Amino acid sequence: MEIKVTNENRCAEIRLIGELDHHGAKGLMAKIEREIEGLLPLQLVLDFSGVTFMDSSGIAVVLRTKQRMKELGGTVKLRKITAQPKRVFEAAGISRIVEME
Amino acid sequence: MRAENYVTLEFLSRSSNEGFARMAAAAFAAQLDPTLDELGDIKTAVSEAVTNAIVHAYPDRIGKIVMKMKILSDNVLELTIRDWGCGIENVQQARQPLFTTGGEERSGMGFTIMESFTDRLTVKSAPMKGTSVTMRKRISQRITSRR
Repeated sequence: MEIKVTNENRCAEIRLIGELDHHGAKGLMAKIEREIEGLLPLQLVLDFSGVTFMDSSGIAVVLRTKQRMKELGGTVKLRKITAQPKRVFEAAGISRIVEME
Repeated sequence: MRAENYVTLEFLSRSSNEGFARMAAAAFAAQLDPTLDELGDIKTAVSEAVTNAIVHAYPDRIGKIVMKMKILSDNVLELTIRDWGCGIENVQQARQPLFTTGGEERSGMGFTIMESFTDRLTVKSAPMKGTSVTMRKRISQRITSRR
């Protein structure tokens, strides 16, 4: 899975591009952690507009990202979630745990 | 219930086959004229079942996975994902939301998602023999598209 990163005033945005499944989740998590450690953002936005498929592996990535940001005193929110990933987040009740726009 | 059509696929428990399996299921289901939401649900449920087989059934080796796709009467799609791996000791516990024996990259939501995205989920498992997950989903019939 590819990512595109923008960063301004310690507000980072990571755009996820492609299919988010178990096959790609480990590599994606490593990329996100590298960006968090390099940029040390206070707020991180995960942009889902480029996600064409997501299963529960995406939930694990989001929860781990939230945990990592919390450890560093920052927050995370999700933006532009497309229809299929939205159904997965809803089935898992993730909106109660992570902010979604 | 007698199958009106079926396809059986056999593949190795390599994670690169997760995408293949869900695309194959979506391609097979296409003949039932599903909506985009229904197709998404089928792909997601298959992805969860196949990932479970890859991660949990064969944790330290590459094994065989068979996916049977059937069309039953009344527009019902039946998908069975079978492995010959280590099996599930306690199926009831495994089906609980957030329960996982997997690593950090697992959420424990696989069975919950399979349940909420299909109409019926049956799990048969025996330790050291393997697991079989069967899901049924009725695809809504769109009157205007059938002549």
